[in-house]
Amino acid sequence: MSLATMTPRKRSALTRGQLPKYTPYAIAGAAIILAAALMSVIGFNAFGWGVLSAVLFAAGWVATTAAVEGSRKAKDRLATSLVVGSFLVALLPLVSVIWTVLANGIPGLLQPGFLGTSMKGVTGVQDNASVANGTPVLGGAYHALMGSVLITLWATLISVPIGLLTSIYLVEYGQGSRLAKAITFFVDVMTGIPSIVAGLFAAAFFGLVIAPGTKTGIVAAVALSVLMIPVVVRSSEEMLKIVPNELREAAYALGVRKWRTIVKVVIPTAISGIASGVTLAIARVIGETAPLLVTAGFATSINLNVFSGWMASLPTYIYTQIMSPTSPSNPGPSDQRAWAAALLLILLVMALNLIARLVARIFSPKTGR
Amino acid sequence: MSTNSLRSTTGMGRTGDKVFSGAAMAAGILILVVLFSVAIFLLVQALPTFSAKPADLTGGEGFFSYIFPIVIGTLIAAAIALIIATPIGIGVALFISHYAPRRLAQGLGYVVDLLAAIPSVVYGAWGASFLASNLKEPYAWLAENLGWIPIFAGPASGTAKTMLTAGIVLAVMVLPIITSLTREIFLQAPKLHEEAALALGATRWEMIKMAVLPFARPGIISAVMLGLGRALGETMAVALVLSSGPLIASLIQSGNQTVAAEIALNFPEAFGLRLNELIAAGLVLFLITLAVNMVARWIISRHKEFSGAN
Repeated sequence: MSLATMTPRKRSALTRGQLPKYTPYAIAGAAIILAAALMSVIGFNAFGWGVLSAVLFAAGWVATTAAVEGSRKAKDRLATSLVVGSFLVALLPLVSVIWTVLANGIPGLLQPGFLGTSMKGVTGVQDNASVANGTPVLGGAYHALMGSVLITLWATLISVPIGLLTSIYLVEYGQGSRLAKAITFFVDVMTGIPSIVAGLFAAAFFGLVIAPGTKTGIVAAVALSVLMIPVVVRSSEEMLKIVPNELREAAYALGVRKWRTIVKVVIPTAISGIASGVTLAIARVIGETAPLLVTAGFATSINLNVFSGWMASLPTYIYTQIMSPTSPSNPGPSDQRAWAAALLLILLVMALNLIARLVARIFSPKTGR
Repeated sequence: MSTNSLRSTTGMGRTGDKVFSGAAMAAGILILVVLFSVAIFLLVQALPTFSAKPADLTGGEGFFSYIFPIVIGTLIAAAIALIIATPIGIGVALFISHYAPRRLAQGLGYVVDLLAAIPSVVYGAWGASFLASNLKEPYAWLAENLGWIPIFAGPASGTAKTMLTAGIVLAVMVLPIITSLTREIFLQAPKLHEEAALALGATRWEMIKMAVLPFARPGIISAVMLGLGRALGETMAVALVLSSGPLIASLIQSGNQTVAAEIALNFPEAFGLRLNELIAAGLVLFLITLAVNMVARWIISRHKEFSGAN
């Protein structure tokens, strides 16, 4: 390999006016070094260094391309840098949120008793003592966890039958009818209802029907179902639609009634998708805070009866621990509990998402027998 | 014999059919009833506000002057969120659909969807603690150097719990909505047009500009509208992040309030007329988001035949 063979290749007509392949690496190296130099002048931090290097790299690369390869190529490079840059920017909050929750939440979650005790009897006195003496933080989120589970369970019990039957109506009975079109449109609109409005609706409804200011778990469950039903309808509708028509026709040809066909053929075929859709809907509503805030109140002790009394839930627990710490002078323990509950909530939601994936895989109809 | 058995099952089966289709239809109608009763119950509970004496309401000058500043605050917060999230969301969607290697693309889609799985209260907590404490210095810098622009007028808030911070948190929350919807549409852009553009010598960006973006425009608009609906109604992020106050132009001073956060912060302690007033505020929010969502859905359904954004 001699220099003589390299030089003519570079000048060949096909590659003329193109940057050599090592250019991006060279510019990246220069950008990183230049960014480090600039940062050391104005005060170094790793985040600023990364951002500055990326910006310098993009600018340098676009400028070199513009000089050598022309403006069209330069525009293309600029667009590429912007698109990749926007993706990296979108990752920042995700990484940051997860990091913040993990870093702040793990100590609280590992505190013995956090998952097993409620906030009953835990007052500012205990929190002040634990800050002053360094003793473990008392109090836990058992009542909130149970409240979340119960309220979501009742919301699921209300929304799944309604949502599933509606999607059956839309796919099997109402195709193309005006009612079906109206339902589809308003279900779509319902997905956009602000969660706080759903809470207000449940509060206003029970306020008129039972007594003003009724705050129980079931009110919260009704509020959550308003948010959950459209999600269930949409996902089950999609799943019922992809059940092959041959299956239905085969059943009809055997003389099976329509409703038996739906119950015995259509739903079992689509059950994996329906189940995972329901799980995703649960994952969506279990993190809802605003509707619970106006419907379930704040409890500090364990209440397992959704029909009477205020009920705590994980999201409202997080909210109250942050907004009104148990000990106003020492918010540290409350913060710790709030972050631990936030970590618990995220783990719960992630687990539900994972279960949805697994369910979709396990229950999917066996093919190729 | 055979006719007998046929007849006997027919009777039973017909009842079953009727019951089942009736139940399915009833469930569908129930959904419509629920949506309308949301509006009606809110209206009934809100009525006392409109007939009450102005002096009895918060602020003492009637419902309009109470609701106006917080509606404007809601719009400001949503506007900040969309200004930040729209370009980034479209960029991320383009990255996943047209830039990332095929094999990575689906995984990256899941990563962005993860953003949607995090509960809003966690975003609120993150915004109030992590984000706000990191934005203090940039805000001070903005107040010092760009303070002549009204929206950056100083003095900057010492806690950085301001409208701009709340808007950034909202932007993070609407980003996955915009991304996932626009991604679907970008993926449906006609392959032949893309390949034709590339074959004529277009660069990747020119191909996207000529073949993908014009095709996806209605989808992008409706995705942004749906994001707007979410940003308008989002409660916890604003309630936790913003230290509220009267309407002001500066985004880096504490002040302003949104409808949803106003309800969440005051409802637990409210009683009597105040309760009606907050429900009336909820009704206003409901109507605004309803209008936004209906327009978005209408745009989508108009272009349904050649886009998958539904």
